[in-house]
Amino acid sequence: MSTVAYSPPKAEPIPVAGDYGPETRVDYINCAWGVRSWLLTVDHKRIALLYLFAITAMFFLGGAFAVLIRIELLTPKSDLFEPDTYNRMFTMHGIVMTFFFLIPGVPSVLGNFLLPIMLGAKDLAFPKLNLASWYIYILGCLLTLAGIIWGGIDTGWTFYTPYSTRSAHTSVMPVAVGVLVLGFSSILTALNFIVTTHTMRAPGLTWFKLPLFVWSSYATSLVVMLGTPVITTTLVLVAVERFAGVGIFDPKAGGDPVLFQHLFWFYSHPAVYIMILPAMGVISELVTAFSRKTIFGYQFVAFASMAIAVFGFLVWGHHMFVSGQSPYASTIFSLISYVVAIPSAVKVFNWTATLYKGSISWATPMLYAIGFIGLFTIGGLTGLVLASPPVDVHVTDTYFVVAHFHYVMVGGTIMAYMGGLHYWWPKMTGRMYPEGWAKAAALLVFFGFNLTFFPQFLVGYAGMNRRYASYVDEFQVLNVLSTAGASILGFGFLLPFGYFGWSLRYAKAAGPNPWGATGLEWTTESPPPPHNFEVTPTVTLPPYEYATHN
Amino acid sequence: MATVPLAHHFRTPAQQHHAALLGMWMFLITEVLLFGAVFLGYVVYRANPALHGGFVAASEHLGQSVFGFEHVPFLGAFNTVILLGSSFTMALAVRAAQVGNQSSLVRNLGLTMILGTIFLGIKAYEYHHDWDIGLIPGFKFDKAAWAGTGVDARHVELFFVFYFVLTGLHAIHMFIGMGLLGVLWVRSRMGRFGREYYTPIELAGLYWHFVDVVWIFLYPLLYLIRH
Ligand SMILES: [Cu+2]
Repeated sequence: MSTVAYSPPKAEPIPVAGDYGPETRVDYINCAWGVRSWLLTVDHKRIALLYLFAITAMFFLGGAFAVLIRIELLTPKSDLFEPDTYNRMFTMHGIVMTFFFLIPGVPSVLGNFLLPIMLGAKDLAFPKLNLASWYIYILGCLLTLAGIIWGGIDTGWTFYTPYSTRSAHTSVMPVAVGVLVLGFSSILTALNFIVTTHTMRAPGLTWFKLPLFVWSSYATSLVVMLGTPVITTTLVLVAVERFAGVGIFDPKAGGDPVLFQHLFWFYSHPAVYIMILPAMGVISELVTAFSRKTIFGYQFVAFASMAIAVFGFLVWGHHMFVSGQSPYASTIFSLISYVVAIPSAVKVFNWTATLYKGSISWATPMLYAIGFIGLFTIGGLTGLVLASPPVDVHVTDTYFVVAHFHYVMVGGTIMAYMGGLHYWWPKMTGRMYPEGWAKAAALLVFFGFNLTFFPQFLVGYAGMNRRYASYVDEFQVLNVLSTAGASILGFGFLLPFGYFGWSLRYAKAAGPNPWGATGLEWTTESPPPPHNFEVTPTVTLPPYEYATHN
Repeated sequence: MATVPLAHHFRTPAQQHHAALLGMWMFLITEVLLFGAVFLGYVVYRANPALHGGFVAASEHLGQSVFGFEHVPFLGAFNTVILLGSSFTMALAVRAAQVGNQSSLVRNLGLTMILGTIFLGIKAYEYHHDWDIGLIPGFKFDKAAWAGTGVDARHVELFFVFYFVLTGLHAIHMFIGMGLLGVLWVRSRMGRFGREYYTPIELAGLYWHFVDVVWIFLYPLLYLIRH
């Protein structure tokens, strides 16, 4: 079928699809033109694209800091930056990547676009709230950028007190307030997702017919809703302490700095699941679509998401083994941390079992999905190593920890994000991306990633401390390897930026279902009409019914 | 007669009502966690024996002598009664909307706002008094006044940090609630609500009751801990 992706501007606000014949099909992109129609839109698909722009910008900003860090670490001495400047670099890398890319990434871009379509709904339950959450995100970005430009921040992304409240002479306030504001954006999106999943499902779409991406988005939203308000008030207290010069977490005034750490990690450990759960949902979709099989153990995967969400709230103390926490508390936190590994492993086993005897095709999204499974497994297993207090005390604040969480965050979340972006790009834009270039980029990302971060396990285990601009000469070989890997990784991330842009104008039209996949999103046009479906769909089959589908 | 404004993406008014109600409950859950984190910090410090003397001495300062009540935190207790009364009128307003009693709806929304204003007025008076006697941490805190009392002034200051963060957060919520009620009061007078459509009134009611419940926890935790 032929589609015209760029039809001439139309004066009507939102024409009814089909009014213009097959040649000028109205979709959510060409239904209205001009900056106002984007900045004031309440269409979840357009808001997803607004998020995509903002989040991509923040990703490259965070990436730029990473490049500077890796260049500094080429040599053992701190020669590119003063140590003070280096402290700002890793702090701003961490804050931008964690709060502005990893946490909102998959939910606000892919989730916003897909959730209502996967539910057979016309939009999220609260479309205006959805737009508001984007503006709040932008406000948080601007405050943080102001802090970055106006002196930077050097507290580490963890804002540990009393350094952040008493000693730091950098722009802690605008950045802390920026992150605080950002929390409201996450909360509004999560609230919207939960209410939408409960109330907006199409006729026949029962809970156990939901795609696993919806399950994991739902679990993520619960974590966001229960965790984020705590970091909000914690940052309020930090801001009050810093602004008024009083001693909330200052031991001199009777306060307790460890209380800050408890409150911070009560959010920031679950935040790890805010980053990885939606990514796991993406992987469930990709693995089934490209092995053309139904998911192995649907209910196990669905409940594993919920179990991770629940247990994720009970393990924050594993970040505080060296903070003077009682050894009994540490033991219990350690044991529960092991428990979280069970649902995570259930997912890995079920994805692997789904591959078994599947008819696997190696499209780009599948490359990312397979990469995810391998890298997440390494990241998860080293997490078990770190959950054991004796080992953790030994490697605390070394590059072993840095390598571990980058395997989960970059090897996990970003791989899934990239895989999902490629998989649903035809749906979002109506155009295929160039497969050859995309495969090359995926391989570059995989190899570059491993070359960057595997040496960090070794150098960390050997004792190299994180957050220092200089290190002893013995560690240089591994650091040079790491920097070499980072340049490949960076190139691998720049490529999609180019070819996705190219595909918008020159690539071939995708058609409604280029992958032959199941799922409601593939039953509507690409790009979808303004209200997603011409007729509200009725769901009869469970998801991933590839046997009956073909 | 009130008509039901149905947004384009809902199939039925019932679905829309259900979504709005669930959304408000979810929002209130996040609010519990928002206040909960500060509550937790406060309770942890209150349970710390080293801080106990300072916190108790500080709390006693909340019971200012007004109208001859020497040892009762009179203003806090009075405000608790006021706020409970406002929850009662709010509940009546929701009921009035559900049964389509226009005049009762407008009257009870108005009464709720008057009670809310009284609460905020008394709170402002208390804050003003705290300023006068130098109990504002970081800005106007009279450390010297505590010399020789056997109480560490910094612990008193710590108590007041929590006092102002908690009551301040609560007051901000009250202001937001007053704004909501103001809008709803105007719209009620225009006859926008009735038996078929009362979702906004119900949502505002939930919110108002929540803010009330927060105060029910704040009052004993802050005002009544001297023993
Ligand atoms: Cu953790």
